[in-house]
Amino acid sequence: MLSLVLVLLLFSSIAYYVGRRRAFSAAGGQIRQLHSLPGYNGLYVALWCGLPALLVLLAWLSLEGAIIDNLVVAALPRDIIEQGAERVTLVLNEIQNVVSGTIYGEPDATVLAAAEHYRQLKSISHGALIGLTLVLPLAAGAYALRKINPRFEARNAVEGVITGLLLTSSTIAVLTTVGIVLSVLFESLRFFQSVPITEFLFGLEWSPQTAIREDQVGSSGAFGAVPLFAGTMLIALIAMLVAVPIGLMSAIYLSEYANVRFRAVAKPLLEILAGVPTVVYGFFAALTVAPFIRDAGGLLGLDVASESALAAGLVMGIMIIPFVSSLSDDVINAVPQAMRDGSYGIGATRSETIKRVIIPAALPGIVGGILLAVSRAIGETMIVVMAAGLAANLTANPLEAVTTVTVQIVTLLVGDQEFDSPKTLAAFALGLVLFVVTLFLNVIALYIVRKYREQYE
Amino acid sequence: METGTFPTQGGRKPLGIIQAGLAKRKAAETRFKTYGIVAIAAGLVFLAILFISIVGNAYTAFQQTQVKLDLYLDPDVIDPEGTRDLDVLSGANYAAIVRSGLQDQFPDVESRRDRRALNALVGRGATYDLRATVMAVPDLVGETLTVWVPADDDVDMLLKGNIDREAAEEGRRLSDQQLAWIDQLESRGRLAKRFNADFFTKGDSREPESAGIRGAVVGSFYTMLVTLLLSFPLGVAAAVYLEEFAPQNRFTDIIEVNINNLAAVPSIVFGLLGLAVFINFFGLPRSVPLVGGLVLTLMTLPTIIIASRATLKAVPPSIREAALGVGASQLQTVVLHVLPLAMPGMLTGAIIGMARALGETAPLLMIGMVAFIVDIPQGILDPATALPVQIFLWADSPERAFVERTSAATLVLLFFLIVMNALAVVLRKRFERRW
Repeated sequence: MLSLVLVLLLFSSIAYYVGRRRAFSAAGGQIRQLHSLPGYNGLYVALWCGLPALLVLLAWLSLEGAIIDNLVVAALPRDIIEQGAERVTLVLNEIQNVVSGTIYGEPDATVLAAAEHYRQLKSISHGALIGLTLVLPLAAGAYALRKINPRFEARNAVEGVITGLLLTSSTIAVLTTVGIVLSVLFESLRFFQSVPITEFLFGLEWSPQTAIREDQVGSSGAFGAVPLFAGTMLIALIAMLVAVPIGLMSAIYLSEYANVRFRAVAKPLLEILAGVPTVVYGFFAALTVAPFIRDAGGLLGLDVASESALAAGLVMGIMIIPFVSSLSDDVINAVPQAMRDGSYGIGATRSETIKRVIIPAALPGIVGGILLAVSRAIGETMIVVMAAGLAANLTANPLEAVTTVTVQIVTLLVGDQEFDSPKTLAAFALGLVLFVVTLFLNVIALYIVRKYREQYE
Repeated sequence: METGTFPTQGGRKPLGIIQAGLAKRKAAETRFKTYGIVAIAAGLVFLAILFISIVGNAYTAFQQTQVKLDLYLDPDVIDPEGTRDLDVLSGANYAAIVRSGLQDQFPDVESRRDRRALNALVGRGATYDLRATVMAVPDLVGETLTVWVPADDDVDMLLKGNIDREAAEEGRRLSDQQLAWIDQLESRGRLAKRFNADFFTKGDSREPESAGIRGAVVGSFYTMLVTLLLSFPLGVAAAVYLEEFAPQNRFTDIIEVNINNLAAVPSIVFGLLGLAVFINFFGLPRSVPLVGGLVLTLMTLPTIIIASRATLKAVPPSIREAALGVGASQLQTVVLHVLPLAMPGMLTGAIIGMARALGETAPLLMIGMVAFIVDIPQGILDPATALPVQIFLWADSPERAFVERTSAATLVLLFFLIVMNALAVVLRKRFERRW
């Protein structure tokens, strides 16, 4: 794979020199005769030589596995195929294990034969690929080389290709969004085929352990997500109660009271909090904060769960402080100085100016920032995975353990799982809810912030 | 005060009203200012507690209790036929050699139970180390090696003061007998805390005493390599297109809104995308840095695009006009004149994006980079974990000895992040240009 790419690179660089020489000789040594500089002619040949082959290579490698799998499955004896999709997947796994050399026990003859078939297909595919990466660049390069003559507009052609590549790169963002929506939506729809959407959105009980056998007791699998939504909201609320007052007041102090030197020290220090990875916060919450809160609660005679919502929310709030403070700082600074001066001019004190003039003026921006922070809190994963509970309790008591949407996504998808059970599909349904809610919050917040900025520009 | 010329209101003079309120207003002012100071102090205190708690737990992990043993590499045990064949050397019973080395220190321990208790003092990692040594230099067979081997994590915790000697024997991880042996070894100078090199040179392990972060660091390195190689060129290309070429139309509007929204999508959603698209649809293997890098690329792209566009915007139009004026094409203008000026800013943005990607954990959990992997990955297609995921895994482990290792791994991660951010600051300071 890597060597093929290297071969392509080598071909392309040779093509560059050949193309350049060709342009020189076509012009008879008189560069002024050429429409484009020799380098552009060389680049033209090199692009023709490398690009098509690279695209074919990428397409081949990304589809090869699926095609070979299908061919092998199609060639399996009929009785295996008739046993259903799960059995086929199992057999396919076994075949792949045999091919990669990790054999458990004695595989039976059909598997061994299929493995041999698999190997054959794979080597055919590799051979074809190598042949293609050798022939295609040469053919395409020769084609491009023939087009070179003094009046050939190589520069325009090369620039056209490069602009096309730039355009393609910028569409990746759109493709990502489409990919997210499609992948999450598609799996969610499959989930809603087995669990009705109303039960998912409004059900009060969440216990995703589904039965392995039909007759098993106590593992019916309930997918009512309300406890998760409530838990997420509770933790996000606690986080906001920590982050909004602290973040907003620090922003106000830093922009209205602090002198330049204090601001130059305190602001970057606070922003370190934003650079700490969330897994570190999660560890901090589980190691230091949760035991502290439990012990403190014990002293007061309160019964605090060791994975209380309070601990997770508190630490998440700490994480969000710099987020709130830097967004508020921006909008407070955007309030025109004339408004402050007017307020001071009629004798208001600083705090009165802030409370009665600046905050009302900056309110839309601050609200937008807080909405962004809420979206952040809802989507935050590691802190809650490490510090919040797994059991879905429907409670508003911050001293009890609750679980969140992100925690459940992680628990459902980490570890071994088959891909078709409602259990794993439920994770995608939760992901869909998470995506829609955060998207909604972000769109509103960005809209408010933009409107607000325009107002004072 | 005489202010008779002012009209009066309800029998009181206005200045009097103002004066009466002044003290209150002043108090309100002071109170409000105090709130601000308290808020900043609270933020800084949280920061301090965070760092103190991590450093305080971490520093002990850089030392590990080790036992000095004289190991006789008995040819009858290792290689009875004297072939020095690597297969034979690899399969030999090195545990027995380590055991007998330890029992040489206490020849009077007879019963099986006592022997087992004695053997429990040395970590299992010693066996693997010994095998590696012998395999590297087969000529050592028949000689006596004096080596420091890692002690069991319980012994380590005892020496670091995390196991209470005074606690009742039943509730303690080490028996009275074992404590006595540990004290004897210590008094003979055969038990000491030494620099924990294994922490930096080994992969993950179930045994805390031989667990290291090398595998995770290498896994993170490969993941970041893929991310950087993909996200920087793509991000810069997208930014250049949007800022320099794109016509103002509906399509580019959609792209812009999209990028801004993607920057705020929760990272775990990118993990779901990676699982559904790269693993289930394209059939790429689970747990490999390639897929991790692809997911993190999609996640960091918006950040890099936004930062790169900001730097491109900061390049004054006069540069472009001058280049276009002397006949350069638009692409030549951008590539030869605008990009070089914007490059430092773009690099800064890329480094900050990389730093964020390095600390990211949730999407990697989704694509299976949480597997327990002992071997150091050799490339982007080997199963691997990443440093933050290793922290997550160790934080979950019940052994007390993993707490200090988790903290130490966190310190290493923070160290890398600080270096990257410092680099970004230096770059910015060095190449910042005011037009």
